[in-house]
Amino acid sequence: MSAVLTIDNLHVAIGTTNVLRGVSLTVEAGEVRGLVGESGAGKSMLGRTLFGLLPANATVRAGRITFEGRDLLRLPDQERLSLLGRRIALIPQDPMTSLNPVRRVGAQLTAVLRRHLGLSKRAALNRAAELLADVAIREPARVLDLYPHEMSGGMRQRVLIAIAFACDPALVIADEPTTALDVTVQRQVLQLVERLRLRHAAAILFVTHDLGVVAKICRSMSVLHAGRVLEEGLTADVLTKPHHAYTRALLAATPRADRPAEALKPVPTVLIEGLWAEAHRLDRLPSMRPA
Amino acid sequence: MVDASADLLLTTSGAAPRAVPSRWRSVLSRGGARLWVGGALVSLLLIVALLAPQIAPHDPLEQDLLSAQLPPSFTRGGDAAYPLGTDSLGRCVLSRLMFSARTAVLVALIAASLAAVIGIAFGLIAGAFGGWIDQLVSRMIDVWMAFPPVLLSIVLAAVIGAGLTSVIAAIVVVDWTRFARVVRAETTAQLARDYVAAARVLGLTRGEMLRLEILPNLVPLIVTLLSVEMGIAILVEVILSFVGISASGDMPSWGGMITEGRQLVYQAPWIMALPIVCVIASVIGFNLLGDGLRAALDPVQRR
Amino acid sequence: MTEILLRTGQLGFSYPQRSSSVFRKPALREVIRGVDLAVARGAVLGLVGESGSGKTTLGRLLVRLLEPTSGGIQFDGREISHLSDAELRPLRARIQMIFQDPQSSLNPRLPLSVTLTRQLQVYGRLKGRKDRRDRAADLLHLVGLPTAFVDRYPHELSGGQRQRAGIARALALQPDFIVADEIVSGLDVSTQAHILLLLKELRARLGLTLVFISHDLSVIRVLCDDVAILQAGQVVEHGPVARIFAHPQAAYTRQLLSAIPLPDVEPGWLDDTTPTARPQQQGSAA
Repeated sequence: MSAVLTIDNLHVAIGTTNVLRGVSLTVEAGEVRGLVGESGAGKSMLGRTLFGLLPANATVRAGRITFEGRDLLRLPDQERLSLLGRRIALIPQDPMTSLNPVRRVGAQLTAVLRRHLGLSKRAALNRAAELLADVAIREPARVLDLYPHEMSGGMRQRVLIAIAFACDPALVIADEPTTALDVTVQRQVLQLVERLRLRHAAAILFVTHDLGVVAKICRSMSVLHAGRVLEEGLTADVLTKPHHAYTRALLAATPRADRPAEALKPVPTVLIEGLWAEAHRLDRLPSMRPA
Repeated sequence: MVDASADLLLTTSGAAPRAVPSRWRSVLSRGGARLWVGGALVSLLLIVALLAPQIAPHDPLEQDLLSAQLPPSFTRGGDAAYPLGTDSLGRCVLSRLMFSARTAVLVALIAASLAAVIGIAFGLIAGAFGGWIDQLVSRMIDVWMAFPPVLLSIVLAAVIGAGLTSVIAAIVVVDWTRFARVVRAETTAQLARDYVAAARVLGLTRGEMLRLEILPNLVPLIVTLLSVEMGIAILVEVILSFVGISASGDMPSWGGMITEGRQLVYQAPWIMALPIVCVIASVIGFNLLGDGLRAALDPVQRR
Repeated sequence: MTEILLRTGQLGFSYPQRSSSVFRKPALREVIRGVDLAVARGAVLGLVGESGSGKTTLGRLLVRLLEPTSGGIQFDGREISHLSDAELRPLRARIQMIFQDPQSSLNPRLPLSVTLTRQLQVYGRLKGRKDRRDRAADLLHLVGLPTAFVDRYPHELSGGQRQRAGIARALALQPDFIVADEIVSGLDVSTQAHILLLLKELRARLGLTLVFISHDLSVIRVLCDDVAILQAGQVVEHGPVARIFAHPQAAYTRQLLSAIPLPDVEPGWLDDTTPTARPQQQGSAA
């Protein structure tokens, strides 16, 4: 299988602090790869690097991000901008802050369509209604006229998903898309994402902290901590036979509805201490110091 | 005992802020340049106001008709005895500027404080009690703010008589609404926060809540408003002297000097220009100070 | 014989919605309807509901932050539904609440030393500044935070640390009964585990009775003895945790349980849209 996205030894620093320490991962065409990490692990940094949304004092120290044969990091701005939103799409985390609160939802959808696909106003509106129907929104024509705050959280997330798939992307980065949703809505949204992925033959990089969600939708997964990938592989393998102690600890600390209370074990402090010590040790290697 | 060091570790790994530097150092650094520049300007104003009798070269009321309309000493035609020149009655401009600073400080301090006290009281009551009391106070503020301030001041002056009392009264009467509105809005916003709900669950009475939980959150806001209001007071004095309310008489004021200097603006521009510079510097000083204080006093300030 | 510490009878809460017309009386929005609960002394009751279920409102009713518009609440045999704030004050030493977002439930301009001992202060139990710091340090120690934190402000703590501070504040006067409203939502798995275990330990050590509100059934499983499922303001099912999870009766409960993604790979979970009961896999004993 060919890889849609290959991240190769990515080192990113904010100021003098390293946030990504040699991250490598691959997303094959048409697969869903999970990126699991807790807060501070660097998952959002990775997404931001891909989209060129890093803060002003951030530097990409080393590494390559290859997408459809081109290195995203070294692409001229014009080219990168034409890719983002069209070939690579993002489903952001918080629908409430990701949608413009003072524009109607229809306008936001058509803006994307007209910019990337060059559709006329009429054609864009029709397509937008179709897209809303694709994400199982009833009465798409009426919903196009709504403002974000007039919709439920689940509906907003569906709109964001519609926007993401609007231009038939090859890769979708889903950044914790179900974290803020109720569990029943989460299931519906995950089912929706899967359906659209199959229809558009898109690959997905699914960023989350929820091991349960990873288990259900991701074929393969990478575990991130302190900006490093500690373990990766097929989800089925990693979750049943984890190699790294951190993965094991995360699994043991995850409450399960089917296991009694006694089974819950917090992540041992020594383990985390050790991992950070390792990370800082790596930082001091000559290859990681500022050029 | 549950392992506490796990959370401690989150601190060292950068997931939470590190331990705190000295309180005062962080307060001052948060204030930044605004605090220093504003503080310097305001301090200068206060020092000049305080020491005017000592440091002014002449009596501000002393007239020397033979030396009328002399330009500043560093320009052609100036006299070293009068560093910034004289006005149409031969009075030393520098001395008058200095004594006017006293007037300005007086007006600023008294008017701003009174407006603050009245406004904060109404604002707290409206915000804390809500309901019809809030409605009553809010509508009253709305109506009050609809009156043209200058007109209101003229009416006041007609009743009280022209002079500084009139100026101060006019400022208080108009500007208390500014404090009331802001304090009311902030109080209402605070009351909706969870820590007020938490305070209720802890058993605090409404009075205790206002005093212990909400007031600390209002202090930075009030300090800023007060500072800005002082700048506004100085400006109002200038405006009202144009309308003849702030009579010069014994106490020179920048507004009075500007009004007088207006007639001679082509022949002796310095008489009007110099007090304007003083007003601008003072107002900028108060505004910067207010902004710097707001940043400095807010432990959670996001710049 | 289990003694019931808190009981509600047909508890209801409605509030008037903003009316579109000045003339018509505003419509009443019923948030809680006919809720019957009984919490035994020393037990932990889980309240599960999705957004809009009314669980936060119910939590606030139980601590009398809100006054019920119908039905009654009895605490330790005493009817508390319509007591005034003044009459409730002595009870506030026994009934406490921990809030969801410690960022907003801790006063940002006060250091922990003040926030944690606030209740002691207003009940007149503090003997001066040194006493305040000592008592605050004790409370910090109780929840596993370093005593040096007495001088810290909320924004100088991590999310998990703030949540612990919120727990410490609720424990100041050693209450019997605490309502915890979504206190681990939004926390990392590792932090969440620590907080849950802290709560378990405190409950055992201090003999607390807890009502634990959450949308996360997995967390409820870990902590609670009994569970009540809330939907649209009504309790659709309640009972011991083990029984409800193994044999859910109500359709909504089944739907909730089957929607939980367990960290096991399960092909077909994404296709299967019919809610079925999740088979109990391990540990059927409560």
